[in-house]
Amino acid sequence: MLGRLRTFRIAAWLGWQIESNWTDPFLFAVYSIVKPVAGAAILVVMYGVITRGDFSSPLFSYIYLGNAFYIYVGAVMAGISWAVIDDREHYKTLKYIYISPVRVPFYLVGRGVARFLTGTISVMITVMAGLLFLNLQLDLGTVNWLMFISALVLGVVMLANLGLLLAGVTLLIAHHFFLIGEAVASALYLFSGAIFPLDVLPDWLRPVGFAIPLTYWLELLRRALVGNVAEAFPTLSNFSNTQLFGILVGLTVGFGLLSTLIFRWCDHQARERGLIDMVTNY
Amino acid sequence: MPDDHAIQTQALNRIYKIRGGKKNEPKELIALRDVHIEVPRGELFGLLGPNGAGKTTLIKILTTLLAPSSGRALVAGFDVTTQAYEIRPRINMVSGGESSGYGLLTVRENLWMFSQFYGIPSKEANRRIKELLRVVGLDDRMNTKSSELSTGLRQKMNIVRGFMTNPEVLFLDEPTLGLDVGAARDVRGFIQNWVKQQSGHTILLTTHHMIEADELCDRVAIINQGRILACDSPSSLKRMLQREAIFRLRVDSINSAEPNNFEKIGGVRHFTYRPGEGHATLEFILEEEDVLTEVVNQLASHNIHLQSLEKREPSLEDVFIQLVGRSMEEVEREGTS
Ligand SMILES: Nc1ncnc2c1ncn2[C@@H]1O[C@H](COP(=O)(O)OP(=O)(O)O)[C@@H](O)[C@H]1O
Ligand SMILES: [Mg+2]
Repeated sequence: MLGRLRTFRIAAWLGWQIESNWTDPFLFAVYSIVKPVAGAAILVVMYGVITRGDFSSPLFSYIYLGNAFYIYVGAVMAGISWAVIDDREHYKTLKYIYISPVRVPFYLVGRGVARFLTGTISVMITVMAGLLFLNLQLDLGTVNWLMFISALVLGVVMLANLGLLLAGVTLLIAHHFFLIGEAVASALYLFSGAIFPLDVLPDWLRPVGFAIPLTYWLELLRRALVGNVAEAFPTLSNFSNTQLFGILVGLTVGFGLLSTLIFRWCDHQARERGLIDMVTNY
Repeated sequence: MPDDHAIQTQALNRIYKIRGGKKNEPKELIALRDVHIEVPRGELFGLLGPNGAGKTTLIKILTTLLAPSSGRALVAGFDVTTQAYEIRPRINMVSGGESSGYGLLTVRENLWMFSQFYGIPSKEANRRIKELLRVVGLDDRMNTKSSELSTGLRQKMNIVRGFMTNPEVLFLDEPTLGLDVGAARDVRGFIQNWVKQQSGHTILLTTHHMIEADELCDRVAIINQGRILACDSPSSLKRMLQREAIFRLRVDSINSAEPNNFEKIGGVRHFTYRPGEGHATLEFILEEEDVLTEVVNQLASHNIHLQSLEKREPSLEDVFIQLVGRSMEEVEREGTS
């Protein structure tokens, strides 16, 4: 167990060295400030057009916060799965890590920590921009911090599991699918109630939204932050906070088991096929 | 269960499924066939063979990176298929001819990080890193970002990574590939010293340099097309050729069509021709010394002027030719054409 914690810690250190190695601080700013703020701005403009500028509606806070926290989804999943490509093809170290005594999943999850941290900066900046410029209805004095932190931690565990699942798949695929983390995050964006209620989706697509843990996670975060306007989004308004937590815990455990199984299977396949030191365009 | 064998394989096979047959249909490539080897602890064991012989494939199986298709392999007494987690703390590996490592970390940071994956206490790790870097002549670059190192120096860093963990069994896959002559000599010296000093520690080294296998290894297995053809000490292997006579002849440049005739002389086992500037080198493996007379007569009848003639001791290259019928170079050339 100690070894696993150490692996996680060292991998997190390495990830941070790589992530923060912006030879140009300007690039860092673009990546973690301008990009998320620009993303939010597009959303705001669209919202403004559709609602004819009704920014004081609780719906606005809901959408804005859902979008802001969704930044974590891409960041954590991509951070973990990208480490496979990075180590295998760029640094050519994956095979050396594999033959060492580390448990590879702990290493990979550790590598994702840096993207979680830069993601946090992006989320905070996006939320702050909302507060300062867009009259975002968020009162830090009334936030249910315990609920917020619990939901956030639980959500990060869930995202790490999904990231590991994608890392397993990445072991089996070639370089040109390298944006798998971002791609899956974008695909789920529409099904997780981040920017519109699931009720908007056609009947046959709605179950996807209910099956993915992201939906419940975002709902819990928003309730913790702007609890009084929970009714603005009809989808999950019949569920109590406790029920939502229960579902999120259940889905996290379920997806955790599934991810572990899939990762193991992919890992086994990679060894069978000799892919661990694969270099694409071989 | 400490076993007296560092490495043991039984009927080991590896088949790659590849696309690339006609019309992209799947085909099978047999990279290892029925490999049996036994390497006792403390030995420096060499695997000698041309490119594509299956050397890396065998190392990948033994280091738990690749599953065997059939057969069994034990490393330090543990099965590579079912006991990978027992094997990994006891081994390490270095592949030559690549530049691996995190370019944005310094040499010391790269090495320290890997030492942590093996649970070596930081202080002890730093001591070993310093010492090994000194031995390979890289100590003045300890705090240099590894991206700023030349390929050769990066490879030396990689070599330190392999030795740093004091593995029971160390796998070196063409460790001098891509190094200049001086660096290659340093590395060979270092490898030799290490096995001498660490009694009971084993090295399996692959190479396609005869001299490297000859100079370094206690025993050498000769491998071609996935098959182990012979396995013995270099001197015993060369004794296979004690009845043959091997001559190197230097002659004036000759018409490149002519060499073909020499193979047809009775008693010529093998013949190689290397053109040079203003001369050419011919090498003959003859069944017996007497055949030389006929060779010299043939040269004379073709008006080829002999500059020098030298009898030489058999090398592992000659052993390879004896076993395969062609030189390693010829095998590699056929493989790529
Ligand atoms: N991942 C792979 N997929 C398909 N064929 C492979 C793969 N790796 C190696 N081979 C083939 O297996 C044979 C043995 O390769 P290898 O073990 O790398 O030889 P060596 O290390 O002796 O040069 C070669 O013909 C090579 O082309
Ligand atoms: Mg090789």
